Amino acid sequence: MKKWQCLICGFVYDEAQGLPEEGLAPGTRWEDIPDDWLCPDCGVGKADFEMIEVGSAA
Amino acid sequence: MQQPLVIVGSGLAGYTAAREWRKLDRERALVLVTADDGSFYSKPMLSNALAGGKTPQQLASFSAEQMAAQLQAEILIRHRVLQLDIDNRTLRLRSDTGAERTLAYGQLVLALGADPVRLPLNGDAGNELLAINDLQDYKIFRQRIADAKSLLVLGAGFVGCEFANDLLLAGYQVTVADPMSAPMQRLVPPAIGQGLAQALEQAGAQWRLGWAAAAVDHHADQLRVTLRRLADGAEESLVVDRVVAAVGLRPRRELAQAAGLKTERGIVTDACLATSASGVYALGDCAEINGELLPFVMPIMHCARALAKTLCGQTTPVVFPAMPIVVKTPAYPNVVVIPPANVAGEWRSEQQDGGAKSLFIDSTGKLRGFALGGTAVGEKAGLLQTLNG
Repeated sequence: MKKWQCLICGFVYDEAQGLPEEGLAPGTRWEDIPDDWLCPDCGVGKADFEMIEVGSAA
Repeated sequence: MQQPLVIVGSGLAGYTAAREWRKLDRERALVLVTADDGSFYSKPMLSNALAGGKTPQQLASFSAEQMAAQLQAEILIRHRVLQLDIDNRTLRLRSDTGAERTLAYGQLVLALGADPVRLPLNGDAGNELLAINDLQDYKIFRQRIADAKSLLVLGAGFVGCEFANDLLLAGYQVTVADPMSAPMQRLVPPAIGQGLAQALEQAGAQWRLGWAAAAVDHHADQLRVTLRRLADGAEESLVVDRVVAAVGLRPRRELAQAAGLKTERGIVTDACLATSASGVYALGDCAEINGELLPFVMPIMHCARALAKTLCGQTTPVVFPAMPIVVKTPAYPNVVVIPPANVAGEWRSEQQDGGAKSLFIDSTGKLRGFALGGTAVGEKAGLLQTLNG
């Protein structure tokens, strides 16, 4: 399980926790999130390169 | 030969517009003109980089050369626009070295940004105030606070509060002054502002709410700031190492005004981001879109995507969903969706353990905006669904 951080606003997506309120169940991997998904805090797109791997939650 | 798309400005608005447009048009030439070094950086992170342990250099994720390669663009760094000629569709440019040239455009996008508002203060140290609105400002700020211990932040809007929180986390003594009676009063109802005030106070902040700065003077190698209380005119003198001014932004309109474009508070555009001049568009902090200034990240993203289509001949008005503004104050996180300006209604606030929730309900009983503070921020996604649903 990994975490991904939005390069623009700092929002962190944690695969282990998912985003249940947005329909992303805990454990949802980054590559399984739809390409049209947008950062919930600032609206930048997943398909761009604004997200980086910030580390493993192991 | 088809003239290039020219974008003036390499902030988030300029680069995001370029990127969205390039996805749709792989062929046409693109020229970006920027007064600074053209680094791509995260604007929102300027106000939480201290606690995040980031240097200004680390905030710049791509250089101008890297951006030029990604965007297949020519990027003219350290170039200022002297004049815009809308009849001949040209820009007159001058580089930092003094060289001048004329650049023709097919379409033009103005992403000029905004200037921090300068407070008209008495005293001999007005030029010592640190105002931060881009990476260059931020580099100067970091240099100037390196040997400082105490800071006064003028302005308790969301930027002032974010910087105050970041400075507290980095171990500085912080005082925040604002003429208003609660922080972020223009953005959130008092219930949220008071929660934030208490949390920052617990984190070590001193408040001077209801106080405005009147003068700033040199005081040995420190600064003496004269504050005046609005209620009774009482004055207080405060000696600090540095002063940060976060008292608002003024859209950059001068270039557009001189060219004869319609301007009000910003460069006036319609819903398709078209200015009053044919082939000239504007977005970001310089633009007044359908009468609204929206100096936040999320509106820029929506504008850039709509504008990209319009620039490719598919005229597309920008449609904004409910857009949360996330205020990065870890002591008391909060998020707000500003209700539409033309909607009548009222804020209904309730306190909860460690937080507060305010809902903006219109005259028909419908939710039109909200503000959540502290422990209540977890309700954001649910309320957004209600708003957008």
